[in-house]
Amino acid sequence: MPGGFVHLLPLLGVSSLVDRITFGVGATIIVLGAIGVVISRNPVHAALMLVMTLFGVAVLFVEEGANFLAAVQVIVYAGAIVVLFLFVIMFLGVDREENLAEEPLPLQRPLALGLMVLGIAGLLLLAIGARWSVGPQSVAGPAANQPGGDVAALGRSVFTTYLFAFEITAALLVIAVVGAVVLARRLRPPAEDGPEGRVETSEGPVLTGTPEEADADGDEAGIDSTEAMARAVAETVTSARDRSESDDEEVRS
Amino acid sequence: MTIPGAWYLALGAVLFSIGGLGLLVRRNVLVMFMCIELMLNAANLTFVTFARMLNDIGGQALVFFVLVVAAAEVVVGLGLVVAIFRRRRNTTADDLHMLKG
Repeated sequence: MPGGFVHLLPLLGVSSLVDRITFGVGATIIVLGAIGVVISRNPVHAALMLVMTLFGVAVLFVEEGANFLAAVQVIVYAGAIVVLFLFVIMFLGVDREENLAEEPLPLQRPLALGLMVLGIAGLLLLAIGARWSVGPQSVAGPAANQPGGDVAALGRSVFTTYLFAFEITAALLVIAVVGAVVLARRLRPPAEDGPEGRVETSEGPVLTGTPEEADADGDEAGIDSTEAMARAVAETVTSARDRSESDDEEVRS
Repeated sequence: MTIPGAWYLALGAVLFSIGGLGLLVRRNVLVMFMCIELMLNAANLTFVTFARMLNDIGGQALVFFVLVVAAAEVVVGLGLVVAIFRRRRNTTADDLHMLKG
């Protein structure tokens, strides 16, 4: 099998015009969106550029005959994951412009660029010159021209050959949900409504202490009233409050 | 006749490298997560391309599992970001050096 750029030549003559246009549009969308994710200053814009890239990948999935994966790509990635990103960005209030010009490590960007060029060169050499498309068929079964299309073929494969991996995936998802709940859990019981409660929650977990200390503070002071609890917290973090307030102002500005 | 697989592999290489570059140069944890998603998508594109080139449904099945793992990773990662933001009030990776010796 000849190596080198011979593999790229058939694009000029053999593939149909529709395929070429689809691939060109999809590839352009993907690369532009990826560059937009990297260089956009606002995290919200980065998330929208990510949606663009994911849609381009879905288009190329259709072009390659993976219709089910294209639908899942749009639903799960562009639907769920990006919405989760946007939700967290809005929830934390970090949707402000970021100054990309300041760079504390002067060598970092040139080094990263050099690494990127090296990576692209190596991967392109592998993609173009290596001898792919050889070897025996795996046990998973063929992909093209199956009864029921790619959906039926993928379903058969997932529920027979990869059944154990599929069941392990269920365990992984349960663990992820439990982990997310544990991570997002508050360290102290939520306070009632009112200004004291607001003070307590806006302070957040004690900046200078460990979670155990924070729990101990809450236990010894927070039972009788939220006011006493807020006072105890204020005494504990007097030194840290100024810093957190100035950080709040930075966040809002 | 469809596009040769080598073009898809080249596109996957470019996408993966752009994602890696963003992961290296950006300091916002959320944007770094998005760059990881870019790299995962490059891997997915490569998997689907090989599934077509080798006529093997195993590549598409792997993409299916990568999607699930990516969703779980984003959930846990964003939970970590929220927990860190409550404590530190920012999402910049440079300021998260509490474990530095």
